[in-house]
Amino acid sequence: MLWYIGRRLLQLIPVFFGATLLIYLMVFAIPGDPIAALYGDHPPAPAVIEEVRRQFNLDKPIMIQYLLWVMGIFQGDFGVTFSGLPVIDVLASAFPITARLAILALIIEALFGITLGLVSGLRKGGVFDTVSLVISLLLISVPTFVIGFLLQYLFPITLKIGRTTVSRDAPWDELILPAIVLASVSIANILRLTRASVAENMGADFVRTASAKGLKRGRVIRVHILRNSLIPVVTYLGTDLGSLMVGAIVTEGIFNIQGVGGQVYLAVQKGDGPTLVAFVAVMVIIFMLANLLVDLLYAVLDPRIRYAK
Amino acid sequence: MQSNRRIERYVAPLDETPIAAVDAVDTSKKASSVWGDAWKDMRGRWLTWVCLVLILLIAAVAIFPELFAKADPTSCDTLNSVAPAIAGHPFGFDVQGCDVYARVIYGARASVIVGLLATILATLLGGVIGAIAGYYGGWLDSVVSRLGDIFFAIPTVLGAIVVMQMMPWDKNAMSLAIVLAIFGWPQVARIMRGAVLSTKHADFVTASIALGVSRSKILLKHVVPNALAPVIVIATVSLGTYIVAEATLSFLGVGLPPSMISWGHDISVAQDEIRTTPTLLIYPATALALTVMAFLLLGDIVRDALDPKARARR
Amino acid sequence: MSEGLNFSKNDAAEEETPLLQVRDLEVTFKTVGGDVQAVRGVSFELYQGENLAIVGESGSGKSTTATAILDLLAANGRVSGGSALFDGKDLTKLSRKEMEHIRGREIGYVPQDPMSNLNPVWNIGFQVRETIEANSELRGRAAKARTVEVLKEAGLPDPAGRLRQYPNQFSGGMRQRVLIGIGMSARPKLLVADEPTSALDVTVQRRILDHIGTLTSEYGTSVMFITHDLGLAAERAERLVVMYKGQVVEYGSSQEILANPQHPYTQRLVAAAPSLASRRIQNDVAGKSSPTESAEVKQVSLDKLAKPHVVKGEPLIKVQNVTKVYEISQGGFKKTKFKAVDDVSFEIRKGSTMAIVGESGSGKSTIAKLFLKLEDITSGTMTFDGEDVGSLPKNKLLAFRRRVQPVFQDPYGTLDPMASIGSSIAEPLLTHKIGTPKSRRKTVAELLDQVSLPAATAARYPNELSGGQRQRIAIARALALKPDVLVLDEAVSALDVLVQAQVLNLLSDLQAELDLTYLFITHDLGVVRMVADDVTVMRQGEVVEAATVDEVFENPKEQYTRDLLEAIPGANFEFGKSA
Repeated sequence: MLWYIGRRLLQLIPVFFGATLLIYLMVFAIPGDPIAALYGDHPPAPAVIEEVRRQFNLDKPIMIQYLLWVMGIFQGDFGVTFSGLPVIDVLASAFPITARLAILALIIEALFGITLGLVSGLRKGGVFDTVSLVISLLLISVPTFVIGFLLQYLFPITLKIGRTTVSRDAPWDELILPAIVLASVSIANILRLTRASVAENMGADFVRTASAKGLKRGRVIRVHILRNSLIPVVTYLGTDLGSLMVGAIVTEGIFNIQGVGGQVYLAVQKGDGPTLVAFVAVMVIIFMLANLLVDLLYAVLDPRIRYAK
Repeated sequence: MQSNRRIERYVAPLDETPIAAVDAVDTSKKASSVWGDAWKDMRGRWLTWVCLVLILLIAAVAIFPELFAKADPTSCDTLNSVAPAIAGHPFGFDVQGCDVYARVIYGARASVIVGLLATILATLLGGVIGAIAGYYGGWLDSVVSRLGDIFFAIPTVLGAIVVMQMMPWDKNAMSLAIVLAIFGWPQVARIMRGAVLSTKHADFVTASIALGVSRSKILLKHVVPNALAPVIVIATVSLGTYIVAEATLSFLGVGLPPSMISWGHDISVAQDEIRTTPTLLIYPATALALTVMAFLLLGDIVRDALDPKARARR
Repeated sequence: MSEGLNFSKNDAAEEETPLLQVRDLEVTFKTVGGDVQAVRGVSFELYQGENLAIVGESGSGKSTTATAILDLLAANGRVSGGSALFDGKDLTKLSRKEMEHIRGREIGYVPQDPMSNLNPVWNIGFQVRETIEANSELRGRAAKARTVEVLKEAGLPDPAGRLRQYPNQFSGGMRQRVLIGIGMSARPKLLVADEPTSALDVTVQRRILDHIGTLTSEYGTSVMFITHDLGLAAERAERLVVMYKGQVVEYGSSQEILANPQHPYTQRLVAAAPSLASRRIQNDVAGKSSPTESAEVKQVSLDKLAKPHVVKGEPLIKVQNVTKVYEISQGGFKKTKFKAVDDVSFEIRKGSTMAIVGESGSGKSTIAKLFLKLEDITSGTMTFDGEDVGSLPKNKLLAFRRRVQPVFQDPYGTLDPMASIGSSIAEPLLTHKIGTPKSRRKTVAELLDQVSLPAATAARYPNELSGGQRQRIAIARALALKPDVLVLDEAVSALDVLVQAQVLNLLSDLQAELDLTYLFITHDLGVVRMVADDVTVMRQGEVVEAATVDEVFENPKEQYTRDLLEAIPGANFEFGKSA
């Protein structure tokens, strides 16, 4: 187990530097004046431009620029926003909001996805299974931003339930509707994954043996079918976080939430390159760490990984 | 082990239990390959035909939009802004006074082209890289896998947002597809690599080595054909997801330029009118959802048809 | 047991009702192509303390019968007729709750494959303990103590220290012991053992079967064995049910049936079983049994096998002091060396068959890989027709490959599923640029004929063929280049008895016809007796004993060889001879 954790941590190092370098090159290796490209048609105040030149060390060779930038990230220096505020300060207020939204979304998708998937898998081919399969397909086919608008139209506008925009400090209850929007695609994916995995485990030899041992059906389902079916679902959560982040940009944009995603949304709308790069870098780092966590969780759930030679 | 209980002897009458010849070849059925079997399985499901008809229709709309919409989607008159449906304009008009039906029809092309190009590029790139990494193994595999991990660490749409935002060149369907494929290939590569790894130690591969067949020939003739099924499935499904990605990027304003008619862009514009005219949003959104669903469903059907285990379970 | 006791037991039996009475049982599966009857009108009975074996080939419905009795059929299967009275209750009519009460507590179950029947994510202690808690009132410490006891009874060494280990840390034999412990934990009246040892080495198999025997006779448990092995049935069961295509073809005392099979199918089965035939060949060779008796039961021709090979010719293959060392990385940067083959030497004469016998881990398959030049020799030499195989230059390698061809074990992996049979057989010709497309088609047809398959098979795909047919195709492909040597790596091990006999016959015909030399790798001594001239017994990479087949079978010098011979189920039973 220790060896597994160590190896996983070691693997993270090249991926971290590779991914951050990739982001950096995407922005600064592009020909032309990066400052002009960063801001598009709306150049900010000259003082901000100076600050950006200083932060990105644009007079030095590109690899040195990158190294200085990465060292800055390690010290919490992510640069300044369009309006001259340090990104780290914006992050400090935005991150807790996004974390709350993501936790809500994760709870919703795990709760609904796994429960509905389990019932579908156990009654494969039944009415419930067919209906939930059709709904899940619909959820995957409709992009998050469309679901966002539709729910916004349905609940706050038509039924007068909840608010179209979330207030500045984003209390939990106001985040429920955006969290449902954010979770919608993942609910469908988790449902399908759980269903397939439950159906496969139902035919497994060890499940039949568990019944032959005299265990009650409920226990066979809980202890042997569900427990084993959760392993692929947990692995999926890692990759799912990537789509959750993109979803957060859209959802926080639609509901005007001042989270990390909302900042990216605003940065894109305003053409604020430096802020965009800083926040995307933060998201990628979070994504990598979350994947590390998922891999460790995977090892906890599956002893075959823990005790692999 | 001596038992004193008398055990009655029963021998089945021969006419009730006829014996077949040992292991005779059944020549009654027509010969069928794996692909033939898969197609036979797909052919028998009505859902396959729904998908195929839908996809053909979408393709026709994308290639010949003028056959489906008489109105010009770009000739707009602000006098008609948000006007309701009238004869010849079944979906009404949008904020700029453009015909919504025509825009929905003409919007198909952008989605289909971006989806198709991105899928082809990502599948080719990922497929070749994955096959080579899995088959030759060693340091090549390590390098390629780590490279894949790096690209994998950046979610496709997130990476595309940054590149499209910074892109100094003209944004068009090709450049958008290339950007999506750059971040999308590791998924295909991982699947291809896994499939190649699971076939490269099969006995039929070893038998070919013992025959003296060269390594590269074995890869092309035996390994790749057997590893293709999961890649085809992922390609079909990702066609749908790339279309969603294009719409999302266009919605955010970093996708296709406004001069190209795109469902994502139209949905984005329609959001301001959602309180008064929600149909402006619903029409392009429905077209988008139908297109994506057709490809996702086809992917599901192909997966079921190619996976005998799934077929037995159904 | 005294005579008097026996008589009283016999008297009681007159009125005693059977523990299990199966009447006209029918099982139907719903499939895409319509309903399929997998079991048709099966009837038998089993009394307290007796053992019964259901014997049949794959697809005969023997396992389905067992799972139907336990109400554990797959979701698309159901009992469509008949009854199964157990202790007065009809198992086919019980509710789910009632059935849950009977399973584990009154009917124990030992499954076939130890690798897939334990849940990989729970530790061993947990999986035994939940069985105990489900079938008794024991909880807490008492349940834990019983868990250790159950595992100890099943013969697992140091059970208390192993409770927290996971299935993947156990060997196959140890897992099977855990499963036997689980099956016997509630001291059931009936134990259903579905091929309990078919995945294990013979010596392990013998120990485990002995263990089941001791446990069940101690508690008076009846056992229902599901097996493909007639020898096992003869040795372990009083009652025998022979099944074929979902029906019972013969039922009665196992001794009587095996000594004097009456249904043509049973006769075929008895005649073809290798472990049994090996006895008879031995008798034939020694001239002890009269040929007329056994001729009656011969459906599959074994005549030519009965004659010892006239051994002639020079050594074609010489193996001298061959060693193969693998480096295994053990997590981290540590690497341990593992000697798979340790200083092995033997010679094979042209036109003869050398069998290499051993259990798993003996290094027998590694020898095959080394000789096929699929892997490099660490030290020692292998020569083929005077040329050193280890140091063949590239230009001679292709010529060597042309003369030495393999046939592998797994019929499902041996042919490319995407390629037609014709193109699979033609691949060697194409690779070595032999003939034109037209002449190649003709050669393919000839090769198919050589392995007794119709020429039309060339257009078909592997998924349409049975395991035996695929192995015959693999043989045809191997023969395409007219090789001198075939390396047969467990080539018949995965096949049903009758199909196995057919393929062995084919191999021996081909050897006589084409003057082939065979390197025959197997774990099955019965098969060795039928086909080999010389035998090398291997254990953990080393040669234990090497001699002619007759010498090894009649006068084994080493204890390990004797153990192997004795471990063959039914080795001491006279088959096919009327009692």
